Amino acid sequence: MTTVDAPSALLDRALALHPQVALRPEPFGALAYHYDTRRLVFLKHPDVVRVVRALGSHETVAAALVACDISSDRFPAFERALMSLIESEMLCDRAG
Amino acid sequence: MTALVEQLKGGLEAPICLTWELTYACNLECVHCLSSSGRRDPRELTTDEAKAVLDELHDLQVFYINIGGGEPMIRRDFFELVEYSIARGIGVKFSTNGAFIDAEKARRLAAMDYLDIQISLDGTDADTNDAVRGDGSYATALRAMDHLRDAGFGPFKISVVVTRHNVDQLDEFKALADAYGAQLRITRLRPSGRGADTWHDLHPTNAQQRQIYDWLLAHGEHVLTGDSFFHLNALGDQNLPGLNLCGAGRVVCLIDPVGDVYACPFVIHDEFKAGSVRETGGFSRIWKQSDLFLGLREPQSAGACASCGSYDACQGGCMAAKFFTGLPLDGPDPECVGGEGELALSGQTAGSAPRPMMDHSKPPRVTPVALVRK
Repeated sequence: MTTVDAPSALLDRALALHPQVALRPEPFGALAYHYDTRRLVFLKHPDVVRVVRALGSHETVAAALVACDISSDRFPAFERALMSLIESEMLCDRAG
Repeated sequence: MTALVEQLKGGLEAPICLTWELTYACNLECVHCLSSSGRRDPRELTTDEAKAVLDELHDLQVFYINIGGGEPMIRRDFFELVEYSIARGIGVKFSTNGAFIDAEKARRLAAMDYLDIQISLDGTDADTNDAVRGDGSYATALRAMDHLRDAGFGPFKISVVVTRHNVDQLDEFKALADAYGAQLRITRLRPSGRGADTWHDLHPTNAQQRQIYDWLLAHGEHVLTGDSFFHLNALGDQNLPGLNLCGAGRVVCLIDPVGDVYACPFVIHDEFKAGSVRETGGFSRIWKQSDLFLGLREPQSAGACASCGSYDACQGGCMAAKFFTGLPLDGPDPECVGGEGELALSGQTAGSAPRPMMDHSKPPRVTPVALVRK
């Protein structure tokens, strides 16, 4: 059986936008395009876009969420959104 | 209906799917060519003009463009433009009949990143394909596919327009693509360009539409469709993968070889022309401010379809298909799976449908007449 990242583990990870991904602002949030996989993903909330942009400059996901003024009761929803972006390779773990 | 589809109907900051036909010149003369291509237009964009458009698309953060024609590889600056686009961060997908892909070109193409190739093929045998695309075109396409495979291009695409004559070959197309390590792409036949004259004989029958829907439900995850079959969603509870909406002027548009911008690749007609990239403000102004595109982003009336329970599933179908078959835009698609389109077409006066514009077909071959002295 494969282990699935527990939500709490995700909060401790250091993530970044994949280097081959571009974000384009849109009225509903943003479009993310992965130049390698040619995959297009809709980020459907401006707060998700802010958090995704902030990930690369914070030690952990939790720190990025706090820096973006996301209240802790919304963390689970953001963890789900970020997990799905990891699965589609839009986000990746940051080395070091 | 998802909130996202509602958002997309209001338009995007820039297109997702921008088709750019580089030239009207073509070595083939397919009977369903949606741009009636054949001869080059003397007004086609110059290399510098094309690069200026690419600069603009870069500023708009357009992620990739779909290059077509005509046969785009006929342009002498084809590689120059593709390389310029990619260097500007705009990926390229281009459609070709393969005539100009030899071993050397295949290696050159294989060495490029962010490049996808679609080889057009409309039959898994020469008879079926060549009846639509012209004599020898099947062999030409397969030779190009061999070159791409031998050059290690990777998963190129085989692009099929589904007709009543090749619909039974969908499994064979899939097997052919698999054999080449390629990806299959199937799209809907439109009555556009020369297709206006051949659509009635080529478009899938109602029974075949069910066949396409069932086949896509079974294989759709691994087959590309350009999201062109959404009118089939009215056939069942399950929607086909992809965006269920007409993207014209909302997420899609066309730049034609002379720089005119149309709402989608299937409506080359003044009524759907939003402007020219040569005008002040260029492409950006057209995308963001043209009356045509702003109008297409307004809520559209379901018209005669409003009382039909399937409207949410099929969205009234394809604007271009209605327009070039002479049906009202706020009514059923000519291929409405409920049969409403067929009914509407049957009551139509012959010759009342608008004619496609920008015909670049080659002149009919003149048969030499023997001069006989009387």
